[in-house]
Amino acid sequence: MNDTQTDLQGDLLVILRHGPHGSSLLREGLDMALVAAAFGRRVSLLFMGTGCTALVSGQGQGPLGQKGTQATLNMLEMYDIETLLVESEAMHALGLEACDLSLPVIEVSPAQIQAAMTTHRLVATF
Amino acid sequence: MRYGILLLGAPYSRQASHSALRFARALVAKGHILDSVFFYHDGVYNAARLAAPPQDEPHLMDGWKALHDEHGVKLDVCIAAALRRGLLNETEASRHGKEGHSIEAPFALTGLGQLVDLGLRCDRLITFAP
Repeated sequence: MNDTQTDLQGDLLVILRHGPHGSSLLREGLDMALVAAAFGRRVSLLFMGTGCTALVSGQGQGPLGQKGTQATLNMLEMYDIETLLVESEAMHALGLEACDLSLPVIEVSPAQIQAAMTTHRLVATF
Repeated sequence: MRYGILLLGAPYSRQASHSALRFARALVAKGHILDSVFFYHDGVYNAARLAAPPQDEPHLMDGWKALHDEHGVKLDVCIAAALRRGLLNETEASRHGKEGHSIEAPFALTGLGQLVDLGLRCDRLITFAP
């Protein structure tokens, strides 16, 4: 846990609590993360609740013609957004394992989530 | 303390805008500084200049304008979120070949970089979500 906490320092923690379909909150939250990173801020992402489903492989364009968030997620590394946290309890509740996800993640407990919120200067929740 | 507000909820559809406006008024009444309100997601509809709510309901847009006029609160609207929802100022309306405009001062179209800066220069950034 100490190692994880060291990784968790940053300027901005964006918490994503919505899945890739049904609303634009996930996409608009990711947009804020990308803009902050483009301006040189250190950004971490925390996927909570159904937000964890955003990382399931193959989130492409749906029949409604939304852009899909997979392409944005694939760009994170290019923007130096490498700290991707997922809520452990939500992963269990959704029946997901880390190997189901398209990017490498760190599973975090409620205590680690609390720690992440205090080690970032700014927290934004979507 | 210096505060910023991030408003994501649409006016009259959700409680978020009503709560955010009441919170904003309480802040200035207590002597805090409210730096800016950033309108994002469906919150951008709070900036619609043509909104005409029934007279016996709170006029949210006038409420935001009053905060600007009386307390210098900046009213920033995410340009990307606004344009795709049909909210354009005169410049953008002209650029996109639209006949009318739906946003005017003191609401200002701006980018997400402003939201990040706002969050980092304030002691607190409070989000009002749908």
